[in-house]
Amino acid sequence: MTAPNRRDFLKGAGTLAAASALPLSLVELAFADAAQNFTFAYISDAHIQHIGGTKFVRNWDRGLIRAVAETNLLTPKPDFVMFGGDLAQLGTKEELDHGAEMLAKLNFKTHCVMGEHDYYLDLGEYWSKLFGPQWYSFDHKGVHFVVLNSVLTYDDWTFKRWPTAEQRMLEMAGLDNPNGSPFMVGEKQREWLKKDLEKVDKNTPLLVFSHSPLQKIYKGWNFWTEDADEVQALLKPFAKANVVYGHVHQIQYNQIGNISFNSVMATAWPWPYPQSYAQAEQHLPKLTVPMNRADPFFERDATGWQFIDVNTGRVAMKFNLYNNTNRTVAFNPATGRPEDVQFQDPARQIPPQAHY
Amino acid sequence: MRAAPFGLLGAAWLFASLAAAQAPPLGLPPVPVPADNPQTPEKVALGKRLFEDKRFSSTGQVSCATCHDAAKAFTDSPLRVSEGIRTLNGTRNAPTVVNAAYMKTQFWDGRSPSLEDQALHPPLNPVEMGLKTHEPILKIARSDPGYVKAFKAVFGKAGREITMAEVTKAIAAFERTQVAGNSPFDRYYFKGEKAALTDAQKRGFDLYVNKGRCVSCHVIEQTTATFTDGRFHNVGVGINPIQDQVPALAGEFLKAKATLAEVDVKVLTDKRTSELGRFAVSRGFDDLGSFKTPTLRNIAATPPYMHDGSIKTLRDVIVHYNNGGATKKEDRVNDFLSGGIRPLDLTEAEIDDLVAFMEALTSPEYEKTAQAAQAAGKEQKP
Repeated sequence: MTAPNRRDFLKGAGTLAAASALPLSLVELAFADAAQNFTFAYISDAHIQHIGGTKFVRNWDRGLIRAVAETNLLTPKPDFVMFGGDLAQLGTKEELDHGAEMLAKLNFKTHCVMGEHDYYLDLGEYWSKLFGPQWYSFDHKGVHFVVLNSVLTYDDWTFKRWPTAEQRMLEMAGLDNPNGSPFMVGEKQREWLKKDLEKVDKNTPLLVFSHSPLQKIYKGWNFWTEDADEVQALLKPFAKANVVYGHVHQIQYNQIGNISFNSVMATAWPWPYPQSYAQAEQHLPKLTVPMNRADPFFERDATGWQFIDVNTGRVAMKFNLYNNTNRTVAFNPATGRPEDVQFQDPARQIPPQAHY
Repeated sequence: MRAAPFGLLGAAWLFASLAAAQAPPLGLPPVPVPADNPQTPEKVALGKRLFEDKRFSSTGQVSCATCHDAAKAFTDSPLRVSEGIRTLNGTRNAPTVVNAAYMKTQFWDGRSPSLEDQALHPPLNPVEMGLKTHEPILKIARSDPGYVKAFKAVFGKAGREITMAEVTKAIAAFERTQVAGNSPFDRYYFKGEKAALTDAQKRGFDLYVNKGRCVSCHVIEQTTATFTDGRFHNVGVGINPIQDQVPALAGEFLKAKATLAEVDVKVLTDKRTSELGRFAVSRGFDDLGSFKTPTLRNIAATPPYMHDGSIKTLRDVIVHYNNGGATKKEDRVNDFLSGGIRPLDLTEAEIDDLVAFMEALTSPEYEKTAQAAQAAGKEQKP
């Protein structure tokens, strides 16, 4: 038997913290009218993978099933649920149908974001049949929400390069793939976004959902959107602009000018911060709070889902992390950027696993 | 012989147990002993007497030993769930006291942090010992001549100075002597006695650490093995059939904002709340339907199995895990199932080998109990 290890001890301590951080005691922050306060849940990157016949990869199934079941337990109830893209692994009807069936168990209205794994087989055709338009906006209790398809790329790559749709899908699914191509929102959608935002008062809190980060982090893994600067320019006039993205399977947050960026977790598997993997020196944004990877036995380790409150017009992202200490990343008005409310101070961090 | 001067068999037995606690049996680490409750032979003897005292229940018929019977490897096997005063049933299968000293938390849901704290609760539970307060226990402890003498000798305390702190310290000290290792597996693995295991048991051990994935939770380390990770997992027992009621149950439970003492009563008197598992203690989503990993030492001596005693034989336990967390293959596993639980693809022969391996985890002192329990189990089978 080992001595009671630090992780278990912290887990115990974290349980208490989690109890107070649970939705039951959500801090009511200040919108003028408290009745306008609301939360929503965010599930992302399920990567449902078809094996053949009626068989799917069980572990990815279980991740989504569990996130859906837990989201249905939230109290107070979220006003709606976002699904952040990559419902499927290779974009097939089987995968999208199977995933849609699991999402249908949510007791709440669900909005979906397109991921590259959903898109590059049939260019979003079947996905759109299931979930509707690939980009759209809606207003909810004084917040303007925008959903973008940020995983498009050059027409030449999409339409002229590949002998089959299957190969196109596989090429885009690879990391560090020299045959890949950078994601982008594209001119047509940016035009739409410009027109959509023209109608909105610039003091209205703005939340933009995309699959890829609308900021440039690491091109080799498409933690990147090629026309991020142009999109950011459209968000710049807003006093409270927030971008929430999936794709990266880890907790990231950043502030560029007035725009706050937050990532969401995957239900399928975690990725590391690309710094650990980059072959040459990279000018990556600095990682200030490393993830404390817990225990490789737990298939759900370093995966999770999150619920979000936007009561200050800024995102407060509450991560439900399995077998780990839950985290909250919230906008700090004093510093003007998102910060981890507990672990930003290096002295309070749980040391990450540094050897393998 | 050192025990001879005591002139009592009991004292000889106690002394041996105490020595065992200091030099742990093969396969086990030293027993963790809290700094404020050191082991002494007198304290252990007092604790044993308290443990066996039926006067500490409202009917005068139930002691700790009723459900943790030394003759049944400190359980109430073959009962499915424990039986307290007036044959009232709880919701959970009595966990053995043997090697409980190594557990980081006590009870199936870990709602108690220590053996000392654990001993406070069963006397007050309405389906266990049924007292309203601890006063009747203290009254006896402060007035029974044998106890008066013992508490004075052990703690230097008398009258109102004797509190539940002293009572539970003595009980915990006794429980810390109940450690048992030195099984055929221990002799095979930690001592290199190749003949200690049969071929089936050796094949079972390979399955245990590889294809069966048992060792992920029932931990074996390099020099010792407690066969538990001390953590909580939803393995699809108890919660599968009621999973559709979980949202309502969990919601009601959170709304009630029960104290830990109320949780103790609620989980043992209400079957459905019991199945929320560790969630009733931590109130975290992670813990819905989760229960503590029990040790596997002497497991052959203590059927039936799982937190609710719902599985009768070791073989059926393996079948449950082989089905990926479903006792019957066609059962729907619950949405909150722990990530590590998945179908194992074990063959019938491999299942038999795993059962054989678990039968190699019996300590010599429980060998007869285990044989009797396994024989009884086989007779029951249709």
